[in-house]
Amino acid sequence: MMDDQVRERPLGEETVVRVSDVSLRYGTRLALDAVSLDVPAGKIVGLIGPDGVGKSSLFSLISGARVIQQGRIEVLGGNMADARHRREVCPRLAYMPQGLGKNLYPTLSVVENIDFFGRLFGHHEVERRQRIADLLDATGLAPFRDRPAGKLSGGMKQKLGLCCALIHDPDLLILDEPTTGVDPLSRRQFWELVQRIRSGRPGMSVLMSTAYMEEAARFDWLVAMHAGRLLAAGSPRELLERSGTKSLEEAFVALLPEEERRGHRSVVLPARIGEDGTVAIEARDLTMRFGDFVAVDHVTFRIERGEIFGFLGSNGCGKTTTMKMLTGLLPASEGQAWLFGQAVDSKDLATRRRVGYMSQAFSLYSELTVRQNLALHAELFHVPATEIGARVEAMAGRFGLTGVIDARPDALPLGLRQRLSLAVAMIHRPEMLILDEPTSGVDPVARDAFWQIMIDLARQDKVTIFVSTHFMNEAMRCDRISLMHAGKVLVSGEPATLMAERGVDNLDDAFIGYLEDAMAGGETRSASLLESRATPPFTGVSPSVPAVVTPPPRGRMDLRRLLSYTRVEALGLRRDPIRATLALLGSLLLMFVVGYGISMDVDDLTFAVLDRDQTSASHDYVMNLAGSRYFVEHAPIADHTELDRRMRSGELSLALEIPPGFARDLGRGSRVEIGAWVDGAMPQRAETVQGYVRGIHAHWLADVASRRPGSPPSAGLMQIETRFRYNPDVKSVVSIVPGNIAILLMLIPSMLTALSVVRDKEMGSIVNLYVTPVTRLEFLLGKQLPYILLAMLNFMLLTLLAVTAFKVPLTGSVFTLSLAALLYVISATAMGFLISAFTRSQIAAVFGTAVLTILPATQFSGLIDPVSSLEGLGAVIGRLYPTAHFLTICRGTFSKALGFADVQSALLALVLAVPVLMGLCVALLKKQEA
Amino acid sequence: MRVANILQLGIKELRSLARDSRLLILIVYSFTVAIYVGATAMPSTLNKAPIAIVDEDQSPLSLRLAGSFYPPHFLAPALIPHAAMDEGMDAGLFTFALNIPPEFQRDLLAGRVPTIQLNVDATRMSQAFIGSGYIQTILNDEVKAFALRYRAGTAPPVDLALRARFNPSLTQTWFGAVMQIINNVTMLSLVLTGAALIRERERGTIEHLLVMPVTPLEIMLSKVWPMGLVVLAACAFALLFIVEGLLKMPIEGSLALFFAGTALHLFASTSLGIFLATVARSMPQFGLLLVLVLLPLQMLSGGATPRESMPEFVQTVMLAAPTTHFVSLSQAILYRGAGLEVVWPQFISLAAIGATFFGVALARLRKTIGLMV
Repeated sequence: MMDDQVRERPLGEETVVRVSDVSLRYGTRLALDAVSLDVPAGKIVGLIGPDGVGKSSLFSLISGARVIQQGRIEVLGGNMADARHRREVCPRLAYMPQGLGKNLYPTLSVVENIDFFGRLFGHHEVERRQRIADLLDATGLAPFRDRPAGKLSGGMKQKLGLCCALIHDPDLLILDEPTTGVDPLSRRQFWELVQRIRSGRPGMSVLMSTAYMEEAARFDWLVAMHAGRLLAAGSPRELLERSGTKSLEEAFVALLPEEERRGHRSVVLPARIGEDGTVAIEARDLTMRFGDFVAVDHVTFRIERGEIFGFLGSNGCGKTTTMKMLTGLLPASEGQAWLFGQAVDSKDLATRRRVGYMSQAFSLYSELTVRQNLALHAELFHVPATEIGARVEAMAGRFGLTGVIDARPDALPLGLRQRLSLAVAMIHRPEMLILDEPTSGVDPVARDAFWQIMIDLARQDKVTIFVSTHFMNEAMRCDRISLMHAGKVLVSGEPATLMAERGVDNLDDAFIGYLEDAMAGGETRSASLLESRATPPFTGVSPSVPAVVTPPPRGRMDLRRLLSYTRVEALGLRRDPIRATLALLGSLLLMFVVGYGISMDVDDLTFAVLDRDQTSASHDYVMNLAGSRYFVEHAPIADHTELDRRMRSGELSLALEIPPGFARDLGRGSRVEIGAWVDGAMPQRAETVQGYVRGIHAHWLADVASRRPGSPPSAGLMQIETRFRYNPDVKSVVSIVPGNIAILLMLIPSMLTALSVVRDKEMGSIVNLYVTPVTRLEFLLGKQLPYILLAMLNFMLLTLLAVTAFKVPLTGSVFTLSLAALLYVISATAMGFLISAFTRSQIAAVFGTAVLTILPATQFSGLIDPVSSLEGLGAVIGRLYPTAHFLTICRGTFSKALGFADVQSALLALVLAVPVLMGLCVALLKKQEA
Repeated sequence: MRVANILQLGIKELRSLARDSRLLILIVYSFTVAIYVGATAMPSTLNKAPIAIVDEDQSPLSLRLAGSFYPPHFLAPALIPHAAMDEGMDAGLFTFALNIPPEFQRDLLAGRVPTIQLNVDATRMSQAFIGSGYIQTILNDEVKAFALRYRAGTAPPVDLALRARFNPSLTQTWFGAVMQIINNVTMLSLVLTGAALIRERERGTIEHLLVMPVTPLEIMLSKVWPMGLVVLAACAFALLFIVEGLLKMPIEGSLALFFAGTALHLFASTSLGIFLATVARSMPQFGLLLVLVLLPLQMLSGGATPRESMPEFVQTVMLAAPTTHFVSLSQAILYRGAGLEVVWPQFISLAAIGATFFGVALARLRKTIGLMV
């Protein structure tokens, strides 16, 4: 069928994307099955189909974000499997992934996010500013320009995503469900925006998927997909003709294979009977303030048991906040709410069991399979163990999840994830359901099935349903609806009544009518863009500023792109001052702790004596030991059992046994033996103790000998003059403090950079690396720069602390030390990247960084034992690890008064480490998703 | 409190852990390879100390002295001219440089008490101290033996029978291996519990927990037990197969007692992990906080250097750290074969610290969990 379609296409039309025999597997699951498709240029092309049929997979392949496994994809005249073509073509391409604001940076503001993309595509500042202003006006985001992206509502995030995609005037715009979760007004405006952009730039091709069938009619050309294959392609009219149906929604259903169609039937809404007037949900003057911002403003409503109550409103109007207050997730600033007549109390577990809640953001465990998620929630809601299995099966069957029951949610498309969330919310058969946009992103067939389930629950089991939605056909099925705007409820009532009040025949118009009235009343807080209707056609660029996007010559690094990543990281650091503070103050604190705490000077060693002689001679021997500054005497030992016990407990480092008759034998000159036991549990300490004891013993012997009448004054054969160089007082601090600088400058910067990349992976913004012109090296260097600066600041503070607080003089070349520090922190930050290359979760990155830096830095780099004395693999690691070399330079410049020439070999090692580490990082970083 | 909830949520944690293959690899690495490498890298106290000799005498005695330094305590001495000495020490090529003056042997035999100069790089604390002691003993012995052929000597009247207990040959590997395990136990338990909580927060799953009939106590316990169990298992594996099996260290005391102590320590450290996670707002903050907490715990608990050589103040403060007691009870049980009658104070301290940490962390979790949404 598909092939006919392609051939029917008028000849002479340019093709922007050609997909030939493309298949894609995720593990064993076939997501795309030999798809072939020619997408005409200069058109708005829609991709429609149920959830999980491979729409997003196809988009990610076309955009170059994912590696092509099988088949061939040509985009804008070149093969997307070819890295060179991808690099050439990506400035002409824009890709907005599915999921609300997935490729955005949540801590960055609206304007900073757009700015980032502008920089990535190499716009000049004036041009960028103009474009951003245009886009913000066109999308109505202008009033929110300084709000962090993470604090935007779902629909506003979608708009921001679109702005980011449009900033560089792409020739091909790929939008994956851009209108999912967007309110009707904004959706209407979104389409106007797309139309205006197109009228300004007729050459641009738009490839878009959508879950809204009413939008399908707006496309120039439609592609219907099912189960990884194409069903049909053509203009909406052609599709209607072919299927012989009146609406596209019906047409799509008609195009479905026979067995799928059988599952679908129209939603039946029986009248509500047997109202008993019991109030299930009541809210009185419910208010929520975030600082000055009033998110929900004195909202009052009352919902009866068994009622389906719809909550409508523009994005960011306070629907979600209201729902969170009802569930007790957010404490109300003012007013109160009651569920089942009980005041909402976040500690009330009994009420929680009667409520099922589904939040707007997916909030299930992505590490658990669908079955495990369902079972876990059933358990937690105290479903009897014997019923759980059957209940899970039933829910899976009901929500069409049986086929993916053992898949993990993060491998599922949005629509299926939504179904899972809904199934989870219902698994314990709650008496009340609070559902925040449960059907957004879900295909029409499944949505109807959802609603049938909800209606049955409400009508048969008297389940109260409080639901928010952007679909007007869903709102029509509610018993009553409330329309919210800017934190206030504008109007409540039955859908038919509201339509009658406005004198319109559909709810969409009624909705927009009410909103326009509200906004005309001076309310401009909403993200809507009514004003923009009056603005001239949006051309993508302001006419005054020509769109000159000059792609930089191939193979050369582009500083602007690099710096755009630097800016994102720097802004992220600034937004999260705790992180920078922790890095700086924390390392100073550690310097103190470790600098003062670690000491190689072993003294105050504990010892006790088992004196079986008890004479003045034996006391004299003990005094000799007790009098030295190295030893502290504990209570004497009575017998061998006590000696054993006290040594085992670790109380004594040394135990002496003086035999009976010690004085007598000593006087006679017969041989006596003093027993000394050293606790060998800490070998280093034991060695020191042994050394001390030997020394003191020898001293005592000499003393005894000299006191003996007639003995010659004892004189050695020679003298050994020991000079402790560089650290004449043999103070630990001189050794430890410079070493500590080296260690801290490894641990902290590497932790920062490792998390910076893995966080991108976990949050999804890594896709910007995949589909924009930024190269891997630019990406890494850009991210690295702020952390290098931070680390250098850290270095200066630590050095200052060493010189002032610890009084370790910096005797050598400051320049050499600083140069070495710079090279070293580049290596340390690169080390973090290296760790991030083979970790996918932030947990693994944290643990990996701790494991792979703490051990080598503290133990193999010569802080305590010189590298040359190490054994085995540790010695090899010590020689390769940058810390060892920097430590040598640190100690050399601090204590040995060394200069540049003296530490050349260590410097050379640091210089070499930089390209080696960075090269490894670039090699291990992927420019496409596997 | 429902035990079933804690059990189910805990199993969920174990499943998440099992899914993160990279993390598992890192855990296995840190309890096998890292322990082995860490333990075997540590030199016995004086190992392969680099030494240089400037022999300006070139006499039989001076040659004999040069020949008395050999592995494993010393690297074969580098014989260098006087001029190269300073440079070599500056570059850190050797820790010791021995300067035997001209006419050393002649002066010695003539009883003129010549002076030998020993230069020590005192920035290398560990070697500097013990090594210079070794060198002095060796020099004295050699010179004495040499001189004995010319002068009569007497044996000392009192012998000192010096014996090391618990680790007679003072094998550093034994010490290093156990300390490495202790460090990793603390690190892993902090990371796993803390990050598990932060992850719930970052992925938004905490919101789901909060609308379910689950209490903060259950949430916390469901992180403490599985993570504690994983770490305990890893610790047992490392002790039995790496330390006892591969490194052939004899374990003196009762393993059951040691694992009981480890479990108590884990109670405290996992609670600490939860506490850190309630303080940090994101994983990067947690990562930094972790380094800040972990390093002092590792360096100052008596596992790296002896407690008694730390300043009084540090010793006192570190009594509040679970690792201090854990290190002390591990050394007592594993090396010295101590029983409960000896280590009960450490057990009580750990239990008290654990209970306090747990209580504080729980209070903090209760207070902040609502703000994590």
